[in-house]
Amino acid sequence: MPMTMSQKILAAHAGLKEVKAGQLINAKLDLVLANDITGPVAIKEFKKSGAEKVADAGKIALVMDHFAPNKDIKSAGQCKLCRDFAAEQGLENFFDVGEMGIEHALLPEKGLVGAGDLVIGADSHTCTYGALGAFSTGVGSTDMAAGMMTGECWFKVPSAVKFVLRGKPGKYVCGKDLILHTIGMIGVDGALYKSMEFFGDGVKHLSMDDRFTVCNMAIEAGAKNGIFPVDALTLEYMNGRFGRSPRIYMADDDSEYDEEYEIDLSALRPTVAFPHLPENTKTSDEWGDIEIDQVVIGSCTNGRISDLRAAAKIFKGRHVAKGVRAIIIPATQQTYLQAIEEGLIETFIKAGAAVSTPTCGPCLGGHTGILAEGERCVSTTNRNFVGRMGHVTSEVYLASPYVAAASAVTGRLSAPDEV
Amino acid sequence: MEVKGRVFKYGNDVDTDVIIPARYLNTTSEKELASHCMEDIDPGFIKNVKAGDVIVAEDNFGCGSSREHAPLAIKACGVSLVIANSFARIFYRNSINIGLPILECPEAVAAISSGDTVSCDLGKGVIKNETTGKTFKAEPFPPFIQEIIADGGLIKHIALSNKNKT
Repeated sequence: MPMTMSQKILAAHAGLKEVKAGQLINAKLDLVLANDITGPVAIKEFKKSGAEKVADAGKIALVMDHFAPNKDIKSAGQCKLCRDFAAEQGLENFFDVGEMGIEHALLPEKGLVGAGDLVIGADSHTCTYGALGAFSTGVGSTDMAAGMMTGECWFKVPSAVKFVLRGKPGKYVCGKDLILHTIGMIGVDGALYKSMEFFGDGVKHLSMDDRFTVCNMAIEAGAKNGIFPVDALTLEYMNGRFGRSPRIYMADDDSEYDEEYEIDLSALRPTVAFPHLPENTKTSDEWGDIEIDQVVIGSCTNGRISDLRAAAKIFKGRHVAKGVRAIIIPATQQTYLQAIEEGLIETFIKAGAAVSTPTCGPCLGGHTGILAEGERCVSTTNRNFVGRMGHVTSEVYLASPYVAAASAVTGRLSAPDEV
Repeated sequence: MEVKGRVFKYGNDVDTDVIIPARYLNTTSEKELASHCMEDIDPGFIKNVKAGDVIVAEDNFGCGSSREHAPLAIKACGVSLVIANSFARIFYRNSINIGLPILECPEAVAAISSGDTVSCDLGKGVIKNETTGKTFKAEPFPPFIQEIIADGGLIKHIALSNKNKT
């Protein structure tokens, strides 16, 4: 029975020779993850169950990134609860302020996830690690609690949608444009319950950071996971970080897909998702005149070093438009330091942008950039739902770092070649 | 188990950010979460919802974040059942894991309006629109998921499975 990449990873972790779409399996996990929002609910469930010790203290990661540095007293309480639990259970991978970064940038950077892994996280963007050739998917807090208790999780084996990437992306086009284009094409439930598997000679033209961005937003098409094949670039990324041996699973040539799409990367243009769904995509020729109040560059989607380099390319020698607030959030401490060393932070500050310590903050309307009534933000984050970044009448336009930086400079939604 | 209540009906892609906005996620108190349920999509919901009421929605209900606070808030408001054409996958898992009854039944969704009274035999998946008298049959859950529901959620299911092993 031919299998997809995702199915092979699930089969291997379930101790089965083969699995087929729709089959219910129980599989062993390489890592379970939660943050300061979902962690407390998981810990509560864990305690309620009467369990005393986690199954494997080395296979749990808790990252204080959402409302941290603590935005208010209640958030401080949530982080404290996680901190106390991590100490009590001897968790090796508890990341607090000063060490933490946005979880889905941090875990790959620290080498805690890698090729062939099976990972669940109580955060919907856990699907990011598919960029490394892992099967990773978001779950809720109760699944997380069960994962901590047993080291296992149940899965319904997904079918898959195949995306064949051809050609090379043009100037100012990056992973964000590709995934927004894809979601625009198939819709916010276009891959519901399924895997999104990426193939083709275009893959080699996508950096690891691009691939992280693409897999990160697989959930915005309803997908269970997104995944790229492992190539020389993936191995180079994992080399020296990933503590375990990479396990490389390739899809069988004759594996079946529910649908197949071919995407010509050279034909992509800067793409933006208009409010209030990630599927409301428009290319730069369709934007019209949209005045903006704020720009956010960061998040688990686009807060990595290449994203900051892209933004700095636009900001260099330019200034944020009067009346616009630009907020730049490196995703991890390592990224922040690298951005300082490369002079990117100096470029941002000279351009009149604010730079923050790593946090998810504004992406989910938590803190550090909340929108007032009727305000508009161009953001490199992943969701533009009603009220996502603040007031219920505020608007979020999802874009690449190039587009976000260009928009900050002009004060309206702008393509990078306009500045 | 039989549930019965008045219907609050919504459209496609009701996301977890409108079910429970992130600004309220600094607590795990179900009561507090419930007091803000659906606030950004339907400010009147929390004032009008009564124990037993039913949410009916179209495609992809619960899309977006993995926050279990969303089904927890709905359940804590007293909602007895959510019927939709389809559910986003994490919301689907979370609802089963915490014991919020959900059913997929496009025929029922098409024939139920806001304010109708609906009853349902959850075990059989038979939905009745008491206002119009029409009945519908939802797709049953796979047996494995029915076991989780019957055991009272995932954590209790694991505890019971472990007990049976020893």
